[in-house]
Amino acid sequence: MLAGALAAAPVAGAAADPVVVASKSFRESIILGEALAELLRREGIPARHEQALGGTKICYDALVAGEVDVYVEYTGTIAEGIKRVEDPTWANLTAALAMDEVEMLPTFGFNNTYVLAVSPAVAEARSLAKISDLAEHPDLRVAVSHEFLDRADGWQGLRRVYALPQTPDGIEHSLAYRAIADGAIDLTDGYSTDGELARLALTPLEDDKGFFPAYLAVPLARADLPPRARAVLIGVAGTLGDDEMRAMNAAALDDAGARRVAREYVEKIAAPVGASEPAATPQPRLWGRIGANTARHLVLVLAALLPATFVAVLVAILIFKVGWLSKSAVYLAGLFQTIPSIALLALLIPLLGIGPKPAVVALFLYALLPILRNAVTALGGIDPTLRRVATAMGLKPTEELRLVFVPLAMPAILAGVRTAAVVTIGTATLAAFIGAGGLGEPIVTGLALNDTGLILEGAIPAALLAVATELAFEQLERALVPGHLRLAAAG
Amino acid sequence: MTSAPANGPVAVEFRGVGKRFADWVLRDVHLALPSGRGSALVGASGCGKTTALQLINGVYRPDEGEVLVLGDPVPLDGIEAFRRRIGYAVQGAGLFPHMTVAENAGLLARLAGWRADAVAARHDELFDLVGLGGELNDRYPHQLSGGQQQRVGLCRALMLGPEMLLLDEPFSAVDPIARVELYRQFEALREHEQVTTVLVTHDMREACRLADHLVVMGDGGVLQVGAPDEVAADPADDFVRALLASAS
Repeated sequence: MLAGALAAAPVAGAAADPVVVASKSFRESIILGEALAELLRREGIPARHEQALGGTKICYDALVAGEVDVYVEYTGTIAEGIKRVEDPTWANLTAALAMDEVEMLPTFGFNNTYVLAVSPAVAEARSLAKISDLAEHPDLRVAVSHEFLDRADGWQGLRRVYALPQTPDGIEHSLAYRAIADGAIDLTDGYSTDGELARLALTPLEDDKGFFPAYLAVPLARADLPPRARAVLIGVAGTLGDDEMRAMNAAALDDAGARRVAREYVEKIAAPVGASEPAATPQPRLWGRIGANTARHLVLVLAALLPATFVAVLVAILIFKVGWLSKSAVYLAGLFQTIPSIALLALLIPLLGIGPKPAVVALFLYALLPILRNAVTALGGIDPTLRRVATAMGLKPTEELRLVFVPLAMPAILAGVRTAAVVTIGTATLAAFIGAGGLGEPIVTGLALNDTGLILEGAIPAALLAVATELAFEQLERALVPGHLRLAAAG
Repeated sequence: MTSAPANGPVAVEFRGVGKRFADWVLRDVHLALPSGRGSALVGASGCGKTTALQLINGVYRPDEGEVLVLGDPVPLDGIEAFRRRIGYAVQGAGLFPHMTVAENAGLLARLAGWRADAVAARHDELFDLVGLGGELNDRYPHQLSGGQQQRVGLCRALMLGPEMLLLDEPFSAVDPIARVELYRQFEALREHEQVTTVLVTHDMREACRLADHLVVMGDGGVLQVGAPDEVAADPADDFVRALLASAS
């Protein structure tokens, strides 16, 4: 072991250690990462591909830390998301990256910038061809990715330049295509090389005022990358146009497809080219945003939790009264719990569209189980002698429930509602993926923009809200349950 | 199995009553319990005496035959109003743990729409008879001794002044010394309320002390009926003889 480690040290290491190529968690990045690794291997340089390592922040941090040697980034993202370069010329970007000992190599050539896309049917019905046409159709239903919604070079700037009258919702990018295909929305943003644009035959609108900045794909490499490897990577310069990249994305349906597409590309590349220009920055009104997001979040949680409590307790009482119903309802509620939240949200889009409605329905379904299970267990666990006494002394069924059974089950019911409330506050942050707003909005946007401050702007109020909820339930329990019947404190 | 009807007015009558759960628990039972007096259904556990008690207040319905209570068949409609005419006390008292002593005792009166001062007066009257002080009113059941809980249970059962009181082993969980005291208080209550009582017990000594009409049960039916001294003088079979021996 020790001998091996020593043998692998400085001199021998230069030849033996593979170049680590990383990719971000989306198809195009994976194809390009695979292509770079394949290209290096062809030239006899050992290379390893860390596929779909993570988002911008994770990849860039890994590069700076030396865990990764190279990955493909976009000039617009460098200017906006990583370095915040006011005047993002090629020279300024290069200088900003140099502080991290990172070098920006020549671009592949294609510009994966934003496009606005509409379904062909809408494009035809409204005669839409360019973005300036949108000004005359304020009733179009617009939902765009959170990143796009917040960026100065996204909707904010676009609306100013084109005087757009629509008010868009925020939506997770991959769900936006589902929504537009299902007819739940009319218009969304996309990326110019996105394979889905081709596959769903969406109509991209011409950026007739030249608003969108450049998102040129560039390999970002560590300054200490061995010169031979650097020389090979420079060879990708100018080898891929928008159409070619879009076709490659559309052809790479899975992992194997991505590797095949990457190999085919590597086999036919040859010559080099140069570079181009990117973008600007957003701005805050912190406390107002936090207040509005928290209020919206609470509305989502309450709109789901109150009906869930009502329904779950009602169903628990039915189960208690009607023996044969028993466990099946609990299993059904458990089933909802096993559906991943994002999947459940996606399933609800064709039924309910996007926005708060499907979010509240999903949260409602998730809140059912803890309340239902606690209520069923508590009611079923009531001392049979007390049940017999309540009946034999002449209480009516409604009086039995109101005066005896529900009060006896109340500590456990409250514990269930409390669990459901805290879980719902957490899960509701995911509602931002389908444009329901709330504290998830800054979290989702912060993740996409590599903005820790923005993530905390959602995460901290959400955590405080959960703590406040716990405290509020303690007070509620104190008011509703005599001391000797309270459940032992949960934590 | 049949039993000779008692003399005088009848509070409860079983006419060929059978009841089954998985198996028959009671079969072809004929029985008449006298009004205004104390009866005891006595027998080993599993003899059907508790089932018989719950046929009287309609918690169970007979699979065969008919049960008449206070002159009429146990009603199908308005069963709750019927049950409120019949008090019910059980082993361990069965007080509701989330209600105070006063809330437990006064529950039915409040539901019946009594005014608060009427509830309080009736409460004090009954609690005085069984020697319970007002300092217990705001306590919860778990803060009371077993004997105190049982006395609250008896007061709760008698709150509305029922015509009959059903007792399902109410004294068997109480320790022997407290039990003698409890017997005295129970007899004081019965004397004051002039209520017909039906006691279920496995304890022949208790049955002989608290009842003047014994119904000895076994094998899903009635083995012997009569006043305690009649039963003692002429036991119907070896089982009855053994029960009597356990009491002497």
